[in-house]
Amino acid sequence: MSAQDWKHLTFGAVLLVLAALLPLTDNGYLMSIGVTIAMYVVLCTSWALFSGPTHYISLATAAFFGIGTYVTALGIDTLPYWTLLPIAAVVGAVVAGLVGLATLRLSGVYFVIFTLGLAEMVRQVVTWWQNQTGQHGSYVLTDIMEQHIYWQLLGLAALVYLAGWAIGRSRLGFALRIIGDDEQVAAHSGINTARAKVALFMVSGLVASVTGAILAPRYVYIEPSLAFAPMLSFQVVIMALLGGPGRLWGPLVGVIPFTLLWEVIASNFPNQTVLLLGVSFLVIVYVLPDGFVGLIEKLRKQRVDT
Amino acid sequence: MIDVLITGLLLGGTYALIAMGLNLQYGVARIMNLANGEMLVVGGFSAFWMYTGGQISPLLAIFLIAPLAFVLNWLIYRIMLVPLVKRAKTRGQLEVDSILATFGLSFVMVGLMTWAFGGNYFKYSFLARPIELVGYTYGLNRVVAFCCAVVICGLLYLWLNRSRMGVAFRAVAVNPDSARLVGIDVKHLSAIAFALGGAVTAVGGAVISTYLTLDASTGIVFTMKALIIVIMGGVGDVRGTIIAALLLGVAETFVASYIDPGLTLAAAYAMFILILLFRPQGLFGKKPT
Repeated sequence: MSAQDWKHLTFGAVLLVLAALLPLTDNGYLMSIGVTIAMYVVLCTSWALFSGPTHYISLATAAFFGIGTYVTALGIDTLPYWTLLPIAAVVGAVVAGLVGLATLRLSGVYFVIFTLGLAEMVRQVVTWWQNQTGQHGSYVLTDIMEQHIYWQLLGLAALVYLAGWAIGRSRLGFALRIIGDDEQVAAHSGINTARAKVALFMVSGLVASVTGAILAPRYVYIEPSLAFAPMLSFQVVIMALLGGPGRLWGPLVGVIPFTLLWEVIASNFPNQTVLLLGVSFLVIVYVLPDGFVGLIEKLRKQRVDT
Repeated sequence: MIDVLITGLLLGGTYALIAMGLNLQYGVARIMNLANGEMLVVGGFSAFWMYTGGQISPLLAIFLIAPLAFVLNWLIYRIMLVPLVKRAKTRGQLEVDSILATFGLSFVMVGLMTWAFGGNYFKYSFLARPIELVGYTYGLNRVVAFCCAVVICGLLYLWLNRSRMGVAFRAVAVNPDSARLVGIDVKHLSAIAFALGGAVTAVGGAVISTYLTLDASTGIVFTMKALIIVIMGGVGDVRGTIIAALLLGVAETFVASYIDPGLTLAAAYAMFILILLFRPQGLFGKKPT
């Protein structure tokens, strides 16, 4: 590791420690925003691990998140809590692997379409299965507090950043960047494109599933329409693109301003959230196609040039 | 059993109409339009509004809805999508950009419709009389909607195969670069194809509103179904689209009647997965070499 790497690592560690001190403020409102931000940082960064280099837009975050919450909801009464997160990880990775195997061998459009309806499809199946067995929702009653969820999410975020950093330096990361530039070139230079894409998609599915499992105690009562709310997928895409999925720290600079802005919007214009979500999509496509990261790098370049 | 099959075919007919609109937009104009379902709801809402407000039969209303939707979609293409087409360096880039832009557009449309008309369902009673076919009874509105879809799909098919412009359309669908070489104005045709596709979808919405209940946020479900049909049938393939739409209509109706009405999307997904695994080039598509 170079001196540069050590500098980044130290900087990251300091930020993490500072973030971990938030519960000491003992402010319920701050804590709740903190959990939301930590959740989106984890989801958006892991989303960008896959979608950033490959340019494959995944709209399946809500499906994996919901699967994770259901792992906790179903297992909390019979299994110790600490076993649930690894189970959620395995289930999320397996589902992502299956979806990836079915769609990622083909061109990107199939993948987008498949992921678009995935959460809704899983929701229908879970609802049907619940109707068959006669239950409607499940309670997740634990003594896990908001700050415990927050610390778990921070730990997960640290793992995601480390994983992203390691992948970026590995052969797999290099292969993905080539795939993103030109898939045919990648295939011709001997990269097993399908395997590389599926592997990374599994990482992002795994993280989303664990995030769902961690957050389940916050919801207390789990039902399909809550666990598989499709809006989550769209918000993750917006925040990640707003920050800029090309850099590991990109989603972070998208999540924080957007979450704070969205808090204001959701409380002041509760009926216009869908409209404003659409407007955010359009702003990103037409005004900020490379996200904040692109903007920052452009400004930096201008400064160097002058 | 037979009545379920016929109900499925009747439903599939309207699906064919909607998917045909999307297929024109994706096959010719190369825009994967995720706001397609919202255009359908706009068509359905216009029909509802004209019927309840002015006693205009939906069958006449489509002659008004089609040109309006054509103009609206032409404007959407010129204003929103042409900049993306110009900016895109590769086909993949255009795909990502157009997916995000039309996705944003779909949310904006849902938001505007909810704002203007509230989140209520809208439904009106049009030709809600029973009609008997091979020993079973169906709603007359379903049968009329099916006939409407058959006529419009048939006209489109003839037009695409027989007219000069239809041939040009198919040439662009096969290869835009080569089409330019033989003197086809690809830009102009893409705009027309997008507009025409939107008009067909809006008419499909007007037709479907005669027997299904719609609300401002149902569009996405129809987008999903239309996408699955287009992929099943093969991009740019009219015959494949029609067969795929009928198959989906039948499969959904069977699942709804024999297993659970809440599982219709799961049924569509099951077909989608089979197609992806075994015939990703579409039902009648040729394997790429």
